[in-house]
Amino acid sequence: MDQKGYRRGSYQSSTSDEDMVEIAGASLDFSMADDDPPLDREMGGFSSYNGGGMNGTSKMMDFLEEPLPGVGTYEDFNTIDWVREKSRDRDRHREITSRSKESTWALIHSVSDAFSGWLLMLLIGLLAGSLAGLIDISAHWMTDLKEGVCLAGFWFNHEHCCWKSNTTFTDRDKCPEWKSWSQLIIGHGEGAFAYILNYFMYVMWALLFSLLAVLLVKGFAPYACGSGIPEIKTILSGFIIRGYLGKWTLIIKTITLVLAVSSGLSLGKEGPLVHVACCCGNILCHLFTKYRKNEAKRREVLSAAAAAGVSVAFGAPIGGVLFSLEEVSYYFPLKTLWRSFFAALVAAFTLRSINPFGNSRLVLFYVEFHMPWHLLELIPFILLGIFGGLWGAFFIRSNIAWCRRRKTTKLGKYPVLEVFVVTAITAVLAFPNEYTRMSTSELISELFNDCGILDSSKLCEYVNDFNSTKGDDLPDRAAGPGVYTAMWQLALALIMKVFITIFTFGMKVPSGLFIPSMAVGAIAGRLLGVGMEQLAFYHHDWVIFNGWCSQGADCITPGLYAMVGAAACLGGVTRMTVSLVVIMFELTGGLEYIVPLMAAAMTSKWVADAIGREGIYDAHIRLNGYPFLEAKEEFSHKTLAMDVMRPRRNDPPLTVITQDSMTVEDVEAIINETTYSGYPVVVSRESQRLVGFVLRRDLIISIENARKKQDGIVSTSIIYFTDHSPPLPPSSPSMLKLRSILDLSPFTVTDQTPMEIVVDIFRKLGLRQCLVTHNGKLLGIITKKDVLKHIAQLANQDPDSILFN
Amino acid sequence: LSPGCEFLFPQALMMSAQCTWRCANSLLLVALLCCILLLPAQASKSSEDIRCKCICPPYRNISGHIYNKNVSQKDCNCLHVVEPMPVPGNDVEAYCLLCECKYEERSTTTIKVIIIIYLSVVGALLLYMAFLVLVDPLIRKPDAYTQPLHNEEENEDARSLATVPTPSGARANTVLERVEGAQQRWKRQVQEQRKTVFDRHKMLS
Repeated sequence: MDQKGYRRGSYQSSTSDEDMVEIAGASLDFSMADDDPPLDREMGGFSSYNGGGMNGTSKMMDFLEEPLPGVGTYEDFNTIDWVREKSRDRDRHREITSRSKESTWALIHSVSDAFSGWLLMLLIGLLAGSLAGLIDISAHWMTDLKEGVCLAGFWFNHEHCCWKSNTTFTDRDKCPEWKSWSQLIIGHGEGAFAYILNYFMYVMWALLFSLLAVLLVKGFAPYACGSGIPEIKTILSGFIIRGYLGKWTLIIKTITLVLAVSSGLSLGKEGPLVHVACCCGNILCHLFTKYRKNEAKRREVLSAAAAAGVSVAFGAPIGGVLFSLEEVSYYFPLKTLWRSFFAALVAAFTLRSINPFGNSRLVLFYVEFHMPWHLLELIPFILLGIFGGLWGAFFIRSNIAWCRRRKTTKLGKYPVLEVFVVTAITAVLAFPNEYTRMSTSELISELFNDCGILDSSKLCEYVNDFNSTKGDDLPDRAAGPGVYTAMWQLALALIMKVFITIFTFGMKVPSGLFIPSMAVGAIAGRLLGVGMEQLAFYHHDWVIFNGWCSQGADCITPGLYAMVGAAACLGGVTRMTVSLVVIMFELTGGLEYIVPLMAAAMTSKWVADAIGREGIYDAHIRLNGYPFLEAKEEFSHKTLAMDVMRPRRNDPPLTVITQDSMTVEDVEAIINETTYSGYPVVVSRESQRLVGFVLRRDLIISIENARKKQDGIVSTSIIYFTDHSPPLPPSSPSMLKLRSILDLSPFTVTDQTPMEIVVDIFRKLGLRQCLVTHNGKLLGIITKKDVLKHIAQLANQDPDSILFN
Repeated sequence: LSPGCEFLFPQALMMSAQCTWRCANSLLLVALLCCILLLPAQASKSSEDIRCKCICPPYRNISGHIYNKNVSQKDCNCLHVVEPMPVPGNDVEAYCLLCECKYEERSTTTIKVIIIIYLSVVGALLLYMAFLVLVDPLIRKPDAYTQPLHNEEENEDARSLATVPTPSGARANTVLERVEGAQQRWKRQVQEQRKTVFDRHKMLS
C-alpha cells in the first residue's frame, strides 16, 4: 500500500499555519514544535468529547491516551466543530479552576488566565489603532504626491506643507513651499503645457502605485486582495482559511492598501481595515495559549478585532461593535460585547493620540454643524433613500456579473493587466474634473461641509450680500456661477463613480466599498440639497415653503442632504441597519439628525430588498461558494431529513467503521478510497447501531503515529474503539486502541425530522455533520455542505456552486 | 527608533539564534508592538506645531486676512490673535463676530517617522522581491523553485513536494537550515495561495 500516497493527498498539500505542527515531520519534531506548558499535556480530557473528563481505567496502560499534537486540529478549508471546541475550553477551565486550589502559583495562573482576554483586547486595540494611524498618514501623503511635492520636507502633504507659511485670504491653498510637478520641472504652473505635464505626472504616479500594489499582492500574499469582509464572515462562522489572517497578509495588506487608495482608484479603506484588525487579532492570539489552541475562543477575539477595525475607520466605537454584531459575527456571546467595546475604544483612543488629521478628529469628514431641519424635508430624504436602494441593487447586480465574468473567462488570467487598465482609465478620466481629482474622502468632507461665510470653495460661491449680513448668521442666498459649475461637475463625477466602482471592487488589490458608496450618495444628496435650497430661495411664497422658510432665513442645509444621501447609498449596498445609523450619528456628534438618517436607511433597505435579497457581502459569499449558512433567513420548506441525507437511494451504502473488527489495513483502505472527512463507528455491520463518530484527520495521525512509535502494530492489527480490547487468540498481533479520538456523543436526528429543525440545529450549534437514524439504527449522514446544497436547490440556485466543505 | 521595526521577515530570525520558534515569534511580536507604541511617545510637541488660526473675511473696505499665532487653546480667540486690529475700537466686536478662530495642533515628528518607516518597508519588500526573482534561482539548485511571479502549473505541486523535505530524515539543527526551512515553507504557502486565488479562482474573485 502506498502510504506516502494517502498521506500526501490528505494534509501535506495543505498550507500549515506557522504554529501548527508540520505533519511531514510529525513523527520527529514533536518536542520542538510543541512547547506548551505541561498543564495541557496532563489533561486527559483534551481530546475526549463527553464532558466526563478522564477516560477509563485503562488510561494508565496506554500511552496513546496522551493527546497527540495534531489531533483536534483542522485541515485547511474545513469547518470547525464548535461543540468540540467549546467543550474543550470548558474542560480546560475546569482543570485550571480545580488546580488553583492547590498552590499559590496555580492560583496566580488561574487569575492570569481570566485576565488574559482583557490583556489581549488591549493589545489588539493598540496595534489596530497604530496601524490605522500609519495607513491614514501615509495615504494622505501619497495621495498628494501625485500632484506635487513639498520642498520644506518631502514627507509633508499639501496641507501640512502650507501650515507654517503665511497664506493670503484669497489664495488659501497656495504657498511657496508646495510645488506642483510642472512647477518643479519647467518652473511655472500656468499654461497649457504645464497642465499637460501635471496630467501626465498624475497618471504616471497613479499607474506606478497601483502596479506596485498588485505586484506586491501577487508576489507575497495573494490573500491580501479584495475587501476581506466576506471571507472574514465565513471564517467567523467556523471556516478555516490558513494564512488568511497571517503576518504576511497583514504586512502586505497594510502596505498595498495605502498604495491602492493613493492611486486614485475608486475604492475605500474601511473594509480592508477590518481585515487588518482581524489579522492583528489572529496574530496576537498566538501569544496566549487559551486562544491559540481553541478555534472557538479565537473567533470571539476576531469578532472584537473586527469591531476595533470599524471603530478606527470611522471614529465610531459603538458603531464598530454594532457592525461586528450585525454584519460580521456569527456567534456573538454577551461577554464578547463588552470586550469588543473595550477593544474598539482602545483602538479609537490610540488613533486619536497619533492624531493623523491634525485636529484631534479621527475621520476626515467629521461634521460639526447643528442646523435644524423641518419635517417636510423628510420627503426629499425618502427620495434619497429610494435612490440609495436603487443604486445599491444596481451596483450589486452589475458587480457580481462582472466578478463572475472575471472568475470564469479569460479576463481573470491577466490580473496585473486588468489593474493597469482600470487605473489608467480612472486616472485619465479623473484628472480634468476637480471633484474626481481630489481623494474621495476629501470630496465627501467637502460635500458634508455646510457653507459658512469663510468657505472659499467653488461649491460655496453664493451671491453674497454683505449689507444684510448680521454677524456670521447667513441668510439664504442665490447660487453664484461657481455653484452652477460645481453642480454639473458633480453630476459628471457621479456618473463616473457609479460606473467605475463596478469594475474596481473585487480587483486584485485591497479594495473597500464604503467610501465610494458614500461618495455617490453624498454627491446625489448635495445636488438635491442645493436644488431644494434654490427652490426655496426663489419661491418663498409656495405652500410647502410658506410655513417654515421665510424670506431671508437659511432653512435648508445641503450638507445634511449629502449626509443622508451617503447613509442611504451605503445602506442600499451593504444592507446595514442599526450599525449604519449609529456610525453616521457618531460622525455627526449629535442626535438631531437621527430621524432623517433612519428614514433614509430604512427606505433604502426596503427598496433594495424588494429588488434583490442579498447585500454585497452575502452576494460575494455566494459567488465564491463559501460554506456559509445564512443565519438570518428562515427555512420555509417542508422537506424531511431523509430527503437530504446521504447516501441517497441509488448510492452505495454508508461507509462505516466497526468498533472492534477492522484491521489497520482495512481502515487505511477506506481512508484511501473515500474522501469523507469523518466516519461513523458502529457496533457491527449487521446491527448498524451507532457508537460514535471519528474524524479522518485524527485517524490518519493516530495510525501513522502508532505505526511508527508503538511496537507490534502491523497491517493486520485490529483497531478497536471500545474500552476493553476484544478477546483474540494470543498469536494475533497487538491491537491498536483509538478510543481517545472517538467522539462518543455525535448529534443524531431521526429520518422523519423536518429540515426546518435540522437547519436550525446546524445554525444554532454550529455542526459540521449530523447522523440520521431510523428506529435506532444508523441510516445516513447529513453534512453542512448537503444542507447548503439543499437550500440552494430550493432557492433555484446552482447547487454545484457550493465548492468547499 | 528601536531596531525591532526591521524585523519583519523570516530571515530576521537569524538574530534570535538561541530561541525556539515560539520564543522567536513572541520576540518578533513584542518588538513590533513596542516599536509601534514608541511612535506616539516620541511625538513631542515642538513650539512650531501648535497654532491658533483666525480667518477674517472682507469687512467694509478691509480685505480678508488670515492671522496665525502660537497661543494656547484658551487664548485662541479673535481678541488675542488678530494683531494689529484693522478696525477702530467700537467696530472690534462686529469684526470679531465674523472671524472664525480654530486651535490646531500637529506633530511633525510623527509624520516624518511614519512616512520614513513606510517607505523603508516598501523599499525592503521591493528589494526582497527582486532578490527572489533574480538572485535566488541562481543561488539555489536549479530544480527547486521557479519564478514566483508567474502562474503555476498543476505539476508544480508534484515537483515541489518531491523536492521539499530533502533532509527529510535529518533534523534541521542549525539556525541557517531552520531559516532555509522556514523560507521554503513560506514559499510553498504563497504558491498555494496564488494558485487558489489567481489560477483556480476558488477564492476572492
